[in-house]
Amino acid sequence: MKTLPPVDVAIVGGGWTGLTMAKELATRTGLKILVLERGGPHKTRDYLDNMDELDYAIRLRTMQPIRDETVTLRHSVRNRALPIRQYGSFLPGTGVGGSGEHWSGISYRYYPHDFQRVSHLVDKYGRARLPENCAVRDWPISYDDLEPYYERAERLMGISGKAGNLRGTKVEGGNIFEGRRQSEYPTPPMKMPYLAALFRDATHSLGYHPFPLPAATTSVPYTNPDGVPRAGCAYCGYCERFGCMIGAKAQPTNTLMPVLTRRNNFEMRTGAWVRRIVAEGAHVRGVRYADSRGNEVFQPADLVFLASWTLNNTRLLLLSGIGAPYDPETGKGVVGSHLTHQVSVPAATLFFDKPQNAFMGAGSAGIAIGDFDFLDHTDLDFVSGGALYTVCYGTRPIANFGVVPPSVRTRWGAEWKKAALHNYDRTGLVRFYGEHLAYRDNYMDLDPVYKDRLGDPLLRLTLDWKDNERNMVRFITNRAVQVGQVMGAVEIQPFQGLKRYQATRYQGTHIQGGTIIGAKQTDSVVNMYLQHWQAPNLFVLGASAFPQNPSSNPTLTAVALTIRAADAVIQRYLKHPGALA
Amino acid sequence: MPRSPRRHFLTLSATTLGGLLVYTLDRKSARLHAQTSALKVPLRFFTEDEALAIAAAAARIFPADESGPGADEAGVVIYIDRQLASAYGRDHYRYTQPPFEPGVPEQGYQGKETPREIYRAGLKMLGPFHTLAPAEQDARLKQIDTTVFFSLLRTHTIEGMFCDPMHGGNAGMIGWQMIGFPGPRMSYFDDVDQHYGAAFRPKPESLAQMLGRPVTPGEDTET
Repeated sequence: MKTLPPVDVAIVGGGWTGLTMAKELATRTGLKILVLERGGPHKTRDYLDNMDELDYAIRLRTMQPIRDETVTLRHSVRNRALPIRQYGSFLPGTGVGGSGEHWSGISYRYYPHDFQRVSHLVDKYGRARLPENCAVRDWPISYDDLEPYYERAERLMGISGKAGNLRGTKVEGGNIFEGRRQSEYPTPPMKMPYLAALFRDATHSLGYHPFPLPAATTSVPYTNPDGVPRAGCAYCGYCERFGCMIGAKAQPTNTLMPVLTRRNNFEMRTGAWVRRIVAEGAHVRGVRYADSRGNEVFQPADLVFLASWTLNNTRLLLLSGIGAPYDPETGKGVVGSHLTHQVSVPAATLFFDKPQNAFMGAGSAGIAIGDFDFLDHTDLDFVSGGALYTVCYGTRPIANFGVVPPSVRTRWGAEWKKAALHNYDRTGLVRFYGEHLAYRDNYMDLDPVYKDRLGDPLLRLTLDWKDNERNMVRFITNRAVQVGQVMGAVEIQPFQGLKRYQATRYQGTHIQGGTIIGAKQTDSVVNMYLQHWQAPNLFVLGASAFPQNPSSNPTLTAVALTIRAADAVIQRYLKHPGALA
Repeated sequence: MPRSPRRHFLTLSATTLGGLLVYTLDRKSARLHAQTSALKVPLRFFTEDEALAIAAAAARIFPADESGPGADEAGVVIYIDRQLASAYGRDHYRYTQPPFEPGVPEQGYQGKETPREIYRAGLKMLGPFHTLAPAEQDARLKQIDTTVFFSLLRTHTIEGMFCDPMHGGNAGMIGWQMIGFPGPRMSYFDDVDQHYGAAFRPKPESLAQMLGRPVTPGEDTET
């Protein structure tokens, strides 16, 4: 194995969190920063050629090649885990920018109660109302601790939206339930396509509080505090599963790389598949990776940041033997616990008599209501919540042709064709993104059977929904149908109910947990600065730190936490290396 | 899967439609007018008989009728032939490490067979499908419409109806015209919040037309 000259900082993974940390360190210190990215480079101009549904949205050519590595899944320890052989419920990207290239850009802040989740629930309803095996936690920091970093993350990306709680004053038209904000969004809300306007008017008339989705697809041209200019969104409808060809959607390649490529203390090394974090006792010495030719390389580093998405962060710690693996039988160990996946369902499929022109839109052009995040659960059979919303991301025909109302029974032939043609541009979804509580028996460990292309064990997910989530979805589905009726739908297909966790239905790439944040080293992997409790020169960035899955999408919070960690590293750790908490 | 030693062609005829259709023939486009009698398309994976059987089955899934043209007119079989000949046909987009074990549906498809193998087995089920009368064809498809092969063929038929024409299907963008999909466009800034409830139907453009230059489709690259 070849040993390379040491660097000050090695960052594993070139997505939002890794490159945000790289930008903070490269611009505010003289340290030599190396980012190791498994995939290849991406350039904005390549994304023009990628406006092809088949190759990019169906064959998924910007995703991590699943032939090389996947995860295995079982519903409980009593079942046999099998590999997820083709992508379904989540889509990890590959290459510079990671999943931050093909994301939709919906950029909520978490609610204040999300950070005090277990205290909040116990205060409201008593400990007896927590579901069986519930492992929900409080974070070691509050919303107020993170608020300044949310503001920095929003300015970095140029998030579009409308404040609903400006320094304590509720503002109609924004999300009046949100935590107190110090400032308005950097750019105004996006334009509203037809379906979103119908949803806004219907929810308003029902007494709910609609607000425009906060969007990383910026509504107007915007230059961020680093001096990086971006175009305004053109609503072409190629966001999710695509990179943005005009750079209007904030992506690591158009937001962070323009700053980083001007620095001579920064290196991006692509084609580097990191296989181990190399530790010696309580000190990390560097990382071992396979280069694009398959050669094993040791890269020494003084400081290592693991920023390779929830599942790979957890897997690399397990493969490297850093920290005790979680054992659901004894409750001992920490790495791999608190596995969650946001509860995402198409609550109601609506059929209209009018055309929708649904090919126009953007991944975060839409309207949401926060009312169901603030339910009184006293007489309900669940304790969680979430956002009902509609987004006009721009429908494309291969993925969307063939949806027919429940009254049509056939799935091929002349009758089906006629109904599918009529309904193709007359459908719309009322969607739900809901909270997923953590449970003691939903967790990750290494699979004993299946291996990746290089021979390392795959990560095994033991994951299923519980009655709390099923009951929440049943309640929400009824409300979504009611909203659909007011929107003027002529036929409605309600969601058929949450049963077992499905690897086949896309639910969002918002898998969380595995390396959770906490106040004590006995029951968490990282401290409030995302620093590993046992190895002070190792930090683990991203939503793997989140102890449960709030209803809101996680990227903005992951970036805000990363900026907070960077401040602590620069202001304190570099002066006095050691534990920050 | 060894290739047939003899190069096979599929003969398209222009009798069903009045308009002009554009097919891609190994990256060059060819125009087919109603007056022209036939166009010979080189096959990459199927034999001619296999292509005729698959084309006939796709045309029962998505038939030409009074609601518009169907799988034959769009060139769905050409699309499928190219996909199966490519890395996709060899299961390049799937985790294929053993052991292969039966699972529960929520774990997703666990079969060992590649798309090519699924089609070869499916062709045996279809038999000389293109020689049957339409009612017999529908009866045969009903017998197999819960199989993995049928499900894949139905998916591929939709893909071949509505893909960018560079992939060999959606010839002349007839699929996009039927549903009012304009293809990839750079901007709808002026229209996205207009036309509420009224059809807005820009004329379809392919990716190559929008860019003004050809693009290499995924099936012509190895990864």
